[in-house]
Amino acid sequence: MINTAAREEILARIRHANVPAAEPVVRGYLQQGPGGVELFAERVADYRAVVHVVSNVPEALTSLQGKRIVAPAGVPAEWLVDGVTWLREPLSIEELDQADGVLTGCAVAIADTGTIVLDGGEAQGRRALTLLPDYHVCVVRADQIAASVPEALQRLEPTRPLTFISGPSATSDIELNRVEGVHGPRTLEVLIVG
Amino acid sequence: MARNPVTWLGSPTFPKAAKAALNDTQLRQNLRKATGTIRERRAAAVTEMTDWEQLRVAGEQIKDDVLARLDTLLVELEESVTARGGVVHWARDAEEANRIVLDLCRQENASEVVKVKSMATAEIGLNEALEAGGVQAIETDLAELIVQLGDDRPSHILVPAIHRNRSEIREIFQRRMGVELSDEPADLAEAARVYLREKFLTTKVAISGANFAVADTGSIVVLESEGNGRMCLTLPETLITVMGIEKLVPTWQDLEVFLQLLPRSSTAERMNPYTSVWTGVTPGDGPQSFHLVLIDNGRTATLHDSVGRQALRCIRCSACLNVCPVYERTGGQSYGSVYPGPIGAILTPQLVGDMHDPQAASLPYASSLCGACFEVCPVRIDIPSVLTHLRAEAVEAKGRTAESVAMAAAAWVFAEASRYEKAQKAGSLARFFAKDGRITSLPWPGSKWTSSRDVPAPPAESFRSWWRKNRCQK
Repeated sequence: MINTAAREEILARIRHANVPAAEPVVRGYLQQGPGGVELFAERVADYRAVVHVVSNVPEALTSLQGKRIVAPAGVPAEWLVDGVTWLREPLSIEELDQADGVLTGCAVAIADTGTIVLDGGEAQGRRALTLLPDYHVCVVRADQIAASVPEALQRLEPTRPLTFISGPSATSDIELNRVEGVHGPRTLEVLIVG
Repeated sequence: MARNPVTWLGSPTFPKAAKAALNDTQLRQNLRKATGTIRERRAAAVTEMTDWEQLRVAGEQIKDDVLARLDTLLVELEESVTARGGVVHWARDAEEANRIVLDLCRQENASEVVKVKSMATAEIGLNEALEAGGVQAIETDLAELIVQLGDDRPSHILVPAIHRNRSEIREIFQRRMGVELSDEPADLAEAARVYLREKFLTTKVAISGANFAVADTGSIVVLESEGNGRMCLTLPETLITVMGIEKLVPTWQDLEVFLQLLPRSSTAERMNPYTSVWTGVTPGDGPQSFHLVLIDNGRTATLHDSVGRQALRCIRCSACLNVCPVYERTGGQSYGSVYPGPIGAILTPQLVGDMHDPQAASLPYASSLCGACFEVCPVRIDIPSVLTHLRAEAVEAKGRTAESVAMAAAAWVFAEASRYEKAQKAGSLARFFAKDGRITSLPWPGSKWTSSRDVPAPPAESFRSWWRKNRCQK
């Protein structure tokens, strides 16, 4: 049961505070940045992710680590190279947990911050797919790379489930220094098709 | 009304707690190392941005707009979350919020829940309330886990176990997990991974906080590093998110400001490893039942104070803690609250809302007013101004004290030139207490000052009497 008395009281207290209207927001910050494949590759590598700029995806995929790799719906047929057991949905939590890795595309990438964004669309699948396997290979097309955070947000649909990924799983909790490898994939490999 | 659990019951006032903490050399060493590291890294991450000041100003303005239109924006958020299959709950105080969450856990027959690090749930004492109701809350953030397994209290907003160094963490993990470990950070992180894996895969209910909620789309945003957040937000069947009513931004576009300000200010990264955004329920992906609990717990009272309300702009980055000379020396636990450091010194007493509470009233004094906190704040909270404003409130609440009587006497002396001169003459006698031009110890009430600092010896002659002798036209 929703407590409408609490709702009404909180809203009444807010109105009673009578906070004056604020100044209009001045967006004087940069909307764009230099962008580009090179900057994106450099920034991804700064997080100690593995980065390759490739011209041919299937060729690059022959050096995949691991034998049992998850491939979400919508992964192009030519990415499903020989020598790998490709795991396709429906997959249980246990099956995902035991997979060696996952191969996906992405929705958008951000050059400025070295970030890839997944939105559950084509070649990405539901969020658990890129979370449980310890190794994530993500293919990014050059035209998917936005220069800046503002540009990337404009390209995204906010009501889809979104995951922004900047490097492998890490923590700053021990003496405030970054250490890679906690719960998420400990190896992130980004293939940029340039 | 029940007491606000934002401060820990029985905590001494700040000066008393600080005195004890200052004697802990291990604590001071751990903090000096950690805050020193992060200060340097933050400075580098911020210098790289040519538009940092413009981002700060925009951050301030967006948050001020949220506070000015909070009622309409909350209703808008409620509508958009509901439209996407979520359920919105409202809680006036900690007790009400805890009851709502406990009832939801019971509805799901959950005896265990996994938690993403959240200041809001720490503020309301949710874990303790759940435990009393028979539900065990498992903290999954590495630092929260260190605090939980060490039966400790948090001492930092972002890294609650900042007061622990690697060998202390190793000791806690070995004792509670029953494993042999080295003190290598990578080894400690691995231990947490193994320890929590099974919990993530099997627990049906998760509880999170929220860094931001977008009013016009109903999207909730959580920033994290380890992937424990993604686990909790993705794998369980039910997700309960607890957030303060001020955590809103009006539009999706506004996030472009905060997603740049927050990671650089908190962990000194261009971007934190993982940010999750979800809107209500998505069929076939993630929890199929979503509850959002909006908590007031002293925020609307804070909103009434035209100077103090800017504390509600806070995005919990903890940059102000990392640069504060007082925090670095006393540690976070001296503040007796889940919100330590400069932001805690202005937020905690306002959330408590009672300047007659001596512990809360002592917090605005936990500062040298050096202003470093204001300089680094990504949403430009003028912490020093709010500190002095709250000090005035604390003095007023105290009523007639030795200090106020002394101040009244001083006012009487200053009001008349002849009285002032007589007082100066008397004051110059204090130089007989001096050694090498400094007074290190005075009898009471002067001892209250000299117990923690020296006073320069007053000169034998005042400037006024010198002027009269040498320069005055007779």
